[in-house]
Amino acid sequence: MITQAFSPLPDPKATLSILEGSILRLPHRINTDQIYSGRYLSVRFHDEMAKHVFENLDPGMRSKIKPGTIILAGRNFGCGSSRSQAVTGLKYAGIAAIVAVSFARLYFRNCINQGMPVIVCPEAYELLQEGKMARIDLVGGSIRSDGFTVRFALYPISC
Amino acid sequence: MPGTFAEKLLALKASRAQVCAGEIVRVSPDRVVSVGAATALVISLFRELGVDRVWDPSRIVLILDHETPAQTISDANAHKMVRKFVKEQDIAHFFDVGEGICHQLMVERGLVVPSDLILGKDSHTTTYGAIGAFSTPVDATEMACLWATGETWLRVPESMRIDLIGELPAGVSGKDLILYLLGRLTAEGAVYMSLEFHGPGVAHLSVGDRMTVANMSVEMGAKNCVFFVDPITVSFMERYSNEPYTRIVPDPGATYREVLQVDVGSLVPQVACPHEVDNVRDIGMVEGLSVDQVFIGSCTNGRFEDLVMAADLLRGKHVDSGVRLIIAPGSRQIYAEAAKAGLIEIFLNAGALILPPGCGPCFGSHSGILGDGERCVATTNRNFRGRMGNPDSEVYLASPATAAASALTGQISDPRNFLGRSNLGG
Repeated sequence: MITQAFSPLPDPKATLSILEGSILRLPHRINTDQIYSGRYLSVRFHDEMAKHVFENLDPGMRSKIKPGTIILAGRNFGCGSSRSQAVTGLKYAGIAAIVAVSFARLYFRNCINQGMPVIVCPEAYELLQEGKMARIDLVGGSIRSDGFTVRFALYPISC
Repeated sequence: MPGTFAEKLLALKASRAQVCAGEIVRVSPDRVVSVGAATALVISLFRELGVDRVWDPSRIVLILDHETPAQTISDANAHKMVRKFVKEQDIAHFFDVGEGICHQLMVERGLVVPSDLILGKDSHTTTYGAIGAFSTPVDATEMACLWATGETWLRVPESMRIDLIGELPAGVSGKDLILYLLGRLTAEGAVYMSLEFHGPGVAHLSVGDRMTVANMSVEMGAKNCVFFVDPITVSFMERYSNEPYTRIVPDPGATYREVLQVDVGSLVPQVACPHEVDNVRDIGMVEGLSVDQVFIGSCTNGRFEDLVMAADLLRGKHVDSGVRLIIAPGSRQIYAEAAKAGLIEIFLNAGALILPPGCGPCFGSHSGILGDGERCVATTNRNFRGRMGNPDSEVYLASPATAAASALTGQISDPRNFLGRSNLGG
């Protein structure tokens, strides 16, 4: 469901459920080797993990991530290995949430276990643009960006 | 209401009369398995929980397989930390470097039996569905909590049924079947689902073939994959385990999200091309591409029968001068059997390099990293960009027979062209 200029009143108790940041758009089917290379699996410090994210995908990608950046990904985000560093690395690089058309099962579960907000929302991928600011209401189930508001189903979804 | 395998098994494990797809259940796994240097991370997370003792040391399995032996100070220290933890917590089942790959060892050492619920730290934990278990991967944080509590939640998955008919032709194996399915269903084709194999074709698949299929079912996104206990499973279990086990089969009339039929008799050798596991082609479409390295091994294809398949082609021959052939047996036991059967001698005479039992170059951390622009044919499970350590290289996934044929010619080759000169597929 897509509604333009939808602006619900925020629940005062839910202020922590509001996330704001710029959008980093990624293609469909980003796998865990692209998110975090197997070369760095023995790294144990979170800040060090954060330095190597997306190296196999595009070495220039890391510099686009700022604290609060929201990943907007396509289908089957996080397919591949069970490596928890592919979540930890993104978390410590500053990623605030991952919105995707769909997630690989294990990656989705890893995100829940590590406290990374994961949102299934195909409409967001159709409408929202790279580099624009977005505001996610985790309790209300909406994402606003550049005049668009898209809604997503709340948890539990599937794992 | 008739239940699928997943519904019936998870109901049993959750002590419920019945559960349905979509429900979330609390379960206590029969065993949990953590592997490689990454286990040091699980230990750190476990310490953070502030729990002194693990829930049940007899149900925790720790295996050092990914870095065999340690190649860096960091890995060596991680391994050291795991060994210390094993002693401190009296972990009953620990396998140090050189014993083999986790998925092979779990089955070979009788640590999993049909209808077990196994949760593992490695994504290819789906492998044990080959003998009728329900097994699925979890991450490091969840593994740490499982060590502490012995409990977690699982969503009961929807199921997909694949009916197999026919018999694999000579030169075609379980690897070609799973690659074919990946090409047909795609890497998203079974996301969140339980994959059940039915039909008369199953009776012609060895436990090894079933392990290869179940192993790579996770590449289609499956939560688990299962082959039901049949006479082949029973005789396999007699060899590897004395544990009693129950048999769970789905009820007639169970609900499936999707049902499809595959005539395995019509399959030809399959190859997954860079850089996606579902970029699958018939061998004829990629034959002739030059190859720099060939790797035979991994949890997907490092079993004795895989080595036999390769040796049948390599016997009395030498690999092409432009090719490095690397072979890693899946376990110490397989290595010993291969030596006894003369396979190791065949490999050495063919110019192969033999690695210790373990994961080898599959995931790109050591031993066999590719140079810029190089191409590898591997019997492994993933060909993502950079998977074998170098983003500027290519990995083609194939069966042990296709890999051996390609090593001999220096180009991707159809193993069926070598039929008649060997007893391949017999």
